[in-house]
Amino acid sequence: MSDLETFRAEARAWLEENCPAEMRTPAKGDEDVCWGGRNFLFQSEAQKLWLEACVAKGYTVPDWPKAYGGAGLSAQETKILRHEMAKLGCRSPLNSFGIWMLGPALLKFGTEEQKIHYMGQIARGEIRWCQGYSEPGSGSDLVSMQTFGEDKGDHWVVNGQKIWTSYADKADWIFCLVRTDKTNKYHGISFLLFDMETPGVSTKPIKLISGNSPFCETFFDNVVVPKHQIVGEINRGWDVAKYLLGHEREMISGMGGDGGVTSIGAAMKATLAEEPVLRAQMALFDVDNLTFRAHGERFMDEWKTGKAHPAYSNLMKYVGTELNKKRNELVMSIGGSQALEWESERANGGSKARNWLRTKANSIEGGTSEVMLNVVSKRILEMPGG
Amino acid sequence: MAMTLNDDQNMLRDSARDFMASEAPVTHFRKFRDMGCKDGFSHGLWKQFAEMGFTGILIPEADGGMGMGQIEAGIVLEEIGRNLSPSPFLTTSVAAVAALKLADKAMRDRWFPGILAGETVIGIAIEEGVKHRPEKIACVAERSGNGFKLTGQKQFVVQGASSDMLIVAARTAGAAGETDGLTLFAVDKDAAGLSMEAARLVDSAVAAHVKLDGVQVDADAVIGEVDGGWAVLSKMLDAGRVGAAAEMVGVGTGAMDMTFEYLKTRKQFDRVIGEFQALQHRAAHLYGEMEGARSIVLKAQSLMDEGHAKAELYVAAAKAKAGLACNLSVREGVQMHGGIGMTDEYDIGLYMKRDRSLNEFFGDAYYHADRVATMSGY
Repeated sequence: MSDLETFRAEARAWLEENCPAEMRTPAKGDEDVCWGGRNFLFQSEAQKLWLEACVAKGYTVPDWPKAYGGAGLSAQETKILRHEMAKLGCRSPLNSFGIWMLGPALLKFGTEEQKIHYMGQIARGEIRWCQGYSEPGSGSDLVSMQTFGEDKGDHWVVNGQKIWTSYADKADWIFCLVRTDKTNKYHGISFLLFDMETPGVSTKPIKLISGNSPFCETFFDNVVVPKHQIVGEINRGWDVAKYLLGHEREMISGMGGDGGVTSIGAAMKATLAEEPVLRAQMALFDVDNLTFRAHGERFMDEWKTGKAHPAYSNLMKYVGTELNKKRNELVMSIGGSQALEWESERANGGSKARNWLRTKANSIEGGTSEVMLNVVSKRILEMPGG
Repeated sequence: MAMTLNDDQNMLRDSARDFMASEAPVTHFRKFRDMGCKDGFSHGLWKQFAEMGFTGILIPEADGGMGMGQIEAGIVLEEIGRNLSPSPFLTTSVAAVAALKLADKAMRDRWFPGILAGETVIGIAIEEGVKHRPEKIACVAERSGNGFKLTGQKQFVVQGASSDMLIVAARTAGAAGETDGLTLFAVDKDAAGLSMEAARLVDSAVAAHVKLDGVQVDADAVIGEVDGGWAVLSKMLDAGRVGAAAEMVGVGTGAMDMTFEYLKTRKQFDRVIGEFQALQHRAAHLYGEMEGARSIVLKAQSLMDEGHAKAELYVAAAKAKAGLACNLSVREGVQMHGGIGMTDEYDIGLYMKRDRSLNEFFGDAYYHADRVATMSGY
């Protein structure tokens, strides 16, 4: 047996031994997702056991180094582990913006102390993070942001407002872009970390068209942030932010459809048989969906071997999010009047309608489709003009 | 398999790219078009293809060929597409070889040497109506003497009149609409009762309408099994489809590159038109579509080469996506070129014509999207 096959067998045996049966059923909704953090309430003993087992093994962040709470797995081993987890239907033991976004940024820009401290907390699910980027006046033009940190020697005093802060009302800490030099647009921003319980921090949920409130407005009123809580150099936070946005785009582009290559048409065969035009739309969608999967696979293979253009994730984000919106339009059309029901148990609490509305943000958050097209045009196609 | 080309494949691409650009660029195509060439391609170029090793790229090594797969054939086809190089490569070296690989040794020995030498051309006589409907084949092959007697008609037989042999699909049992009961035959172009009328197409290729009026063939003209022709036909069609898709990636990319270059040089309102966001966004979207097409074609090729169970689904999706993306590319190409794009002197219109023909070849995007739906269970 090759090393990878040995690893596969071991991983499988470990999962079978440690993943409780309850955690091998699909999550029904957001409440079944483990986000960790100081105030997280486990939905079941099984959810808690599953997290603890993964933390002990380093499997909440399998590809992170062992010193920072991971299992130190190679890319291939991580892929095998995920594949085996999918085969057994194992739920993700821990979801977090710390894992997806802050961790990779710390790995690249953080000090050794920061990696051990913050990445360890993330890996163990102890601290739940949120992201403070957008401001009311700074959406696509993020670099125009105004939240200001005044230099007070060993600390900054931060004042301002962030918006679209995901789960800010549930998060323990925030990684936040703060202007530390008003005279330099790009090189006047710092990447700061601070506790959401710091005096002067307050949040207010924003109700979306989906009826849910995954985002907040976040206010900073004379918030004191010690100088050692900066990632990277002073005034070079934009480099960290850009790196992190690349990760966010990859993450969102991966959402091109949660159903993977399995067509959603098969389950709706009867409806589609009676509506040839809708069936045709579904068929063309499936062509695009299969295409996007192959495209993603090719992109990852080129990325790993350093052949992909550095701006290519912008293209994938554009294609993937537009595809996901289309998928949800079709789900609504096929679902008919039942998909319109907003609260009933029959309609699973309006999940189709709410998901459909939520996906409209996919092509806005993390860089709008229009900004993605600008970037592709200028950086990849090298079209002229500012 | 990794979705990137390996070193050998990159070398093949470089040599195919250099070869087509120097020996068969668009000016070569124009020359043969303008002289009203009855074949629609150069026999001399076909010989050069053989010298490069292209003609036998899919022929097994045991039969004297290169023994390569759809990925390699697709690499050559992409360069053919990019340069609009006219040749029998797609029909003869890709589709016909895919069928003949499944034939007995005598049949392979009869046809492979000529293909390897760049001397033999083979026509694919499948279509009976104006749209691709292989299961509806009605052409009849009755048992007669030591073999069969073929009666019926075929159309859209590309390079049929220039072919040495036609692969003819006919019904030995069953009724039109059934996949069982079909048989494939290798029919010599000089066979008594076979007549052809050549018609020039929009892209200057020449396709034949074929009449089979009691054409007598021996039993050894059968490719594969009697009544079991669907299996061979499917392989031949899928090879041709994924090949046409690869060629469309070349046509679409060629048109796209030409258009992007134009956007960077053409000036209006005192600036290059590539500065206009209205055009930049369309350009970026087109690029995404072509990149998607390139990806699904590579995926389909590699699944075919692996003999994967899902290959048929991916070939259908690849033919559909390549068709849609290439079509978008040539339409945007002509529009973004403005008036000059409408002139015969400028090349972009030639790409539009080629796209139309390749889209129709072995089933258009709508036909294949329909198959994707059926294979996906609805």
